Amino acid sequence: MTSVAEKADQETRPTPSGTPGAARRMAGWVRRAPLLPALVFMIIVTQLPFVATLVISFMDWNAYYPDERGFAGFDNFKRVFTDVNMRDAVWTTILLTVGVVLISLVLGLAIALLLDRKFRGRGAVRTMMIAPFLVVPVAAALLWKHALYNPEYGLFNGAITWVWGLFGSDNPPQPDWISNMPLWSVIFALVWQWTPFMMLILLAGLQGRPLDVIEAARIDGASGWQIFRSMTLPHLRQYLELGALLGSIYIVQNFDAVFTITSGGLGTANLPYTIYQIFYQAHDYGRASAAAVIVVIGTIIIATFALRTVSSLFKEDSGR
Amino acid sequence: MSTVATSTAPAHAAVPKKKDRSGAWLSLLAWVVGILFVLPVVWMVLTSFHSEADAATNPPAVFAPLTFEGYKEFFTGGASPWPPLLNSLTASIVSTALVLLLSFPAAYALSIKPVKKWTDVLFFFLSTKMLPVVAGLLPLYLFAQKAGLLDNIWLLIVFYTSMNLPIAVWMMRSFLSEVPVEMLEAASMDGASLTKTLRSVIAPVVMPGIAATALICFIFSWNELLFARVLTATVAETAPVFLTSFVTSQGLFLAQLCAAAFVVSLPVLTAGFAAQDKLVQGLSLGSVK
Repeated sequence: MTSVAEKADQETRPTPSGTPGAARRMAGWVRRAPLLPALVFMIIVTQLPFVATLVISFMDWNAYYPDERGFAGFDNFKRVFTDVNMRDAVWTTILLTVGVVLISLVLGLAIALLLDRKFRGRGAVRTMMIAPFLVVPVAAALLWKHALYNPEYGLFNGAITWVWGLFGSDNPPQPDWISNMPLWSVIFALVWQWTPFMMLILLAGLQGRPLDVIEAARIDGASGWQIFRSMTLPHLRQYLELGALLGSIYIVQNFDAVFTITSGGLGTANLPYTIYQIFYQAHDYGRASAAAVIVVIGTIIIATFALRTVSSLFKEDSGR
Repeated sequence: MSTVATSTAPAHAAVPKKKDRSGAWLSLLAWVVGILFVLPVVWMVLTSFHSEADAATNPPAVFAPLTFEGYKEFFTGGASPWPPLLNSLTASIVSTALVLLLSFPAAYALSIKPVKKWTDVLFFFLSTKMLPVVAGLLPLYLFAQKAGLLDNIWLLIVFYTSMNLPIAVWMMRSFLSEVPVEMLEAASMDGASLTKTLRSVIAPVVMPGIAATALICFIFSWNELLFARVLTATVAETAPVFLTSFVTSQGLFLAQLCAAAFVVSLPVLTAGFAAQDKLVQGLSLGSVK
């Protein structure tokens, strides 16, 4: 389109200032100009710090011993790789992310299917479902820690006492939820917040289904389960992938819930929390940076696969 | 409402089909699930209006008398929550405005008049979102320390802008690609200037998209904890950081905590409920409409 216009422009009236090549270069920069502020801003704020992290990771630098700053070679990396806490943190991060994403996807799908039907109060139920996602994460984590999980006056044990009381029992079980299952406590609180997110994306996916085809299948005698397996699920595939990908991006980096509910104790310290601790409490800048570099490398490997997924989704629906 | 109920109920009873009954069960199940999910939020609000003594009972005192004690204690008891709330508001609104200002032209250069390798640029933006923010935390902290920017709200604003810019570019691009090519061609043939095209052709189509983008950016900035905790202290402290003082609280504080949690969540709850459909668009980076 535009290239034709440009050519015509150049043929009819050769520009007095500069050659056609310069004009084309000029046009290229005019095109690029609106993009540059955002691009430059992102490179400065997100890429430069990573370069700095890389440099610091090879340094001996602890804020408690300012005189001993110097080149450390691969020492920091050796310490990170041999650190049991780091290995545990990797494992915790994987469990936490996979657990939250899988459970909230399955729950989200089930609830989306429930809400895809017409019934009285459907809008109200949808609104109720969204509420957990709209509570500020720290507030939600505090709510779960103190108002729900607390063994003495939390709602969970309170409800158990009440139900047991209905049956005339006066010694109901009163588990200490967070101490008994610390990682699951964090996972459940996060599942509560992220199920609405998955549900919203999947519900939007369900509502984009070609209804006439499904009606035809139903008339041809296909059962509900057959329709779900061979029509609904394939249609939902890209929405499931999108939900899993976006959910993973956010939950891998979760800090708020771990920090608030368990303060990283009882084997719930994930990578963001561990790095925060090395940096903020131990002030070991070199080791924190080495850990960060390793996390970045790990993320790049995983992100390459993830980006490939988005890229394929993207090609499917980019009609332009 | 009640008239509808009475008029349809007999009709259902008259034709008791098997399908209807399972449908009713599924509707009931949907209601139960919805109530279960909203219950912690309802409990939070209810507890915030109870006295501390009633809030910490087992079994729960659901029908205890209501009081504003928790709110009074939260607003006037210790350190005032107003400065952190105002800081959060400043950081969220200013960074959202900056994000819109930077992402709209960028999205324009990625959709309507695309640069050559526009997909690569788009994926560069997304890839920055995948890198763990914690890895950039230390250099930013050291830089802020050197530059005397620690505990300064502007540092958070810059960081929140970079945090939300990739999401905004993706969303805006997806909304701008909806502007019909024919309309743009017609406008350029009529000799409409760029500002005229932007105002009368592009703006009406993308305005809802811009609103969705702004909503998401506001929510994410308002919610952020890690950077705010590390980079601010007493002056630029944000609302989520203020909330962390409740993490290790002792004694009777549950009503006050619930009041605090509710007050801090209120802007997000209000904005999110008011714009439910925009929420879906935003969360899916504009790919679900």
